[in-house]
Amino acid sequence: MSYRSLPMAELPSPPPPGPPGRPVRPAALAARGIVKKFGDKEVLSEVGFEVRPGEVVGLIGPNGAGKTTLLSILAGITPPDAGRVDPGDGVGWVPQQAALYRRLTVSENLRLFARLQRSDEPDRQVDEMLELTGLQDRRDDQVSKLSGGNQQRINIAIGLMADPSVLLLDEPSVGLDPAQRARLWEFVLGLVSGGTAVAFSTHDIQEVERYAARIIVLDEGVEIFDGTADELREAVITDALEGGAEDRDLETSFLAFLGKAGR
Amino acid sequence: MRWLLLKDLQILRRSPLQLALLVIYPIAIALLVGFALTRGPEQSTVALYNAMPPEAKLGFGGEELEGAEIRDQLCGRVDCVDADSRDQARQLVEDGSATAAVVIPEDLGERIASLASLNPQRPEVEVIVNGSSAVENEIVDDRIDAMLAEANLLIARRISEAAHRYLDLILEGGRLSLLGQSFEVLGLQDTETILRELRKEVPPGAERRQLERAIRFAGLATDNLNLAGPLLTAITQPIEVNKTEVGDRAPGLDTFAVAVTATFALMFVTVLLVAGSLALEREENAFSRLTAGLVTRGQILMAKLGLGTIVGFFVLFVLLAGLSLFVPIDWGRAPVWIPAGLFGAAAFAAAGAALGAAARDVRAATLAAVMIALPVALLSLVPDDAVGALLEGVIQVVTAVFPFRPALDALTAGLEVSGGSIWLYLLHLAVLTVAYSLLARASLRRF
Repeated sequence: MSYRSLPMAELPSPPPPGPPGRPVRPAALAARGIVKKFGDKEVLSEVGFEVRPGEVVGLIGPNGAGKTTLLSILAGITPPDAGRVDPGDGVGWVPQQAALYRRLTVSENLRLFARLQRSDEPDRQVDEMLELTGLQDRRDDQVSKLSGGNQQRINIAIGLMADPSVLLLDEPSVGLDPAQRARLWEFVLGLVSGGTAVAFSTHDIQEVERYAARIIVLDEGVEIFDGTADELREAVITDALEGGAEDRDLETSFLAFLGKAGR
Repeated sequence: MRWLLLKDLQILRRSPLQLALLVIYPIAIALLVGFALTRGPEQSTVALYNAMPPEAKLGFGGEELEGAEIRDQLCGRVDCVDADSRDQARQLVEDGSATAAVVIPEDLGERIASLASLNPQRPEVEVIVNGSSAVENEIVDDRIDAMLAEANLLIARRISEAAHRYLDLILEGGRLSLLGQSFEVLGLQDTETILRELRKEVPPGAERRQLERAIRFAGLATDNLNLAGPLLTAITQPIEVNKTEVGDRAPGLDTFAVAVTATFALMFVTVLLVAGSLALEREENAFSRLTAGLVTRGQILMAKLGLGTIVGFFVLFVLLAGLSLFVPIDWGRAPVWIPAGLFGAAAFAAAGAALGAAARDVRAATLAAVMIALPVALLSLVPDDAVGALLEGVIQVVTAVFPFRPALDALTAGLEVSGGSIWLYLLHLAVLTVAYSLLARASLRRF
């Protein structure tokens, strides 16, 4: 991992949306046959996929599809009822809402989590994360005084402290305005270019189309699609709608796909 | 775990309001309770209208009180406001200037004096109270009942003393002043002696028999009137109370008040702090991050227990230090009450953690903490014999499963100079700490 050498100011341009083919490198994260039940209700049914280093995987699906449950299982927070997760070289978990102590300052939050990660040099790691997030001048500000976007940067930075091979982001751009969202993704893609794999959930089809190389569609706990945005468009029966698949946006394709799947 | 604990203390320090409350609260409570313990009860204000003429005296049998003395007797117990008439006394009560009014009628002295005559009249004193306050009415009634009982006892004693003097006069003889004249009274004992001397000089016969009857009467009268003295004393106080204490000695009232205050403060601070702090972990979304491989749920719980125990004991210590300015606290017994405070704080912290983990929301957690802790604490103060057996059993069970009662018992025993062993209370608190910790840990699974 080399994200430490990539401060915000030097971040490379985001990779083009949708890589030309499936990655072939060893998996940064692998999930196989994940099953999860809440009572009698099965919320995840035999879900399995891999995330390769430097790959961005978008997880989409309607409310209640099981996206957050799947991510929390991948993060090791929630145990699955069946199946297994191979976390590779470690998983960085970034919950939907900024998991930060609002009364503590930026540096105090970073230092706390560095210590909880049993870092040998917590102060050095704090400095690195401040440089990475570009928030050096806000280090002594209480988190409650930061904007939502900056809070999310710190949130992600904490997820990176264990130097994970894959970063799991649960709806990372919720509540952010377009400018904050763009800056956030600029930050995330900088990490990706350094080799960090990213899996994120979202309701925003445009976001997944723009940033994810691969899309996984979950519906009622069932993985109904795993492929690129183009493949998702192609998966829709063209005669069901006017025009060819290439004329339709991804959101239309996604809705059509759910309709085709009878969901 | 220590980093979590330090983080919580850091957050606490960052909140000026909470920090101020943690320092100011025990000091304020100590001041309030300290003043309450060291100051006597506030005296009621009573309007007094004495219609007796200034020269009139109250009493009989040689014991008399003048008008000014009557006022002194009454006003030693209450704050008096003099009224010039019955109507003014009534007005003072109606407008709230006085809790009650006492109207002493013009003929009170004569009526009391008549008690020792053949034509006794019942003395009456009028009391006016404001009926709008049930509590004040109750207090005034209690005070008047107590004063009346004391006055009646005093009068009975005076009657008894006067009767004693008359009896002594009849028995032993002496001088009696009546209507400005002094009389010599022979007395039964001297009468009997004189009659016995006379009997030697009277020859046997009818006259001597009559004389012997008179001697027997004088002897019998002397013997029986000798018994009348103790009887009169008994009438003034028919029942004498001999109090014998059995069982464990109750703690001093001051010690108990200090222990109750300290336990309440310890309970509120610790339960609310831990319940709120644990629920806050979830509200700030930190719990899921912490448990994603950084720390275990058990470690988070232990950190909260540590936080509650440290802060709770700090508050307890400040409170006791503040109270020691008003009431004596035996610092030599610190090795006893310090464990009591620490075990109590730990048990309250565990109870707070269980509430916080179950509620999962700061507001719900703090509300639940108050709604559960306060009634149980108040129930713990209900004396065992004040309710029926069934209710007493229920209260004992309820109070045994919450740390207030054992913490109060432990602190009371720890603070009382002659307090007994606290090991059982500490064991009780330790069991509750473990039980509530297990409950909290179970709730954290679905936190």
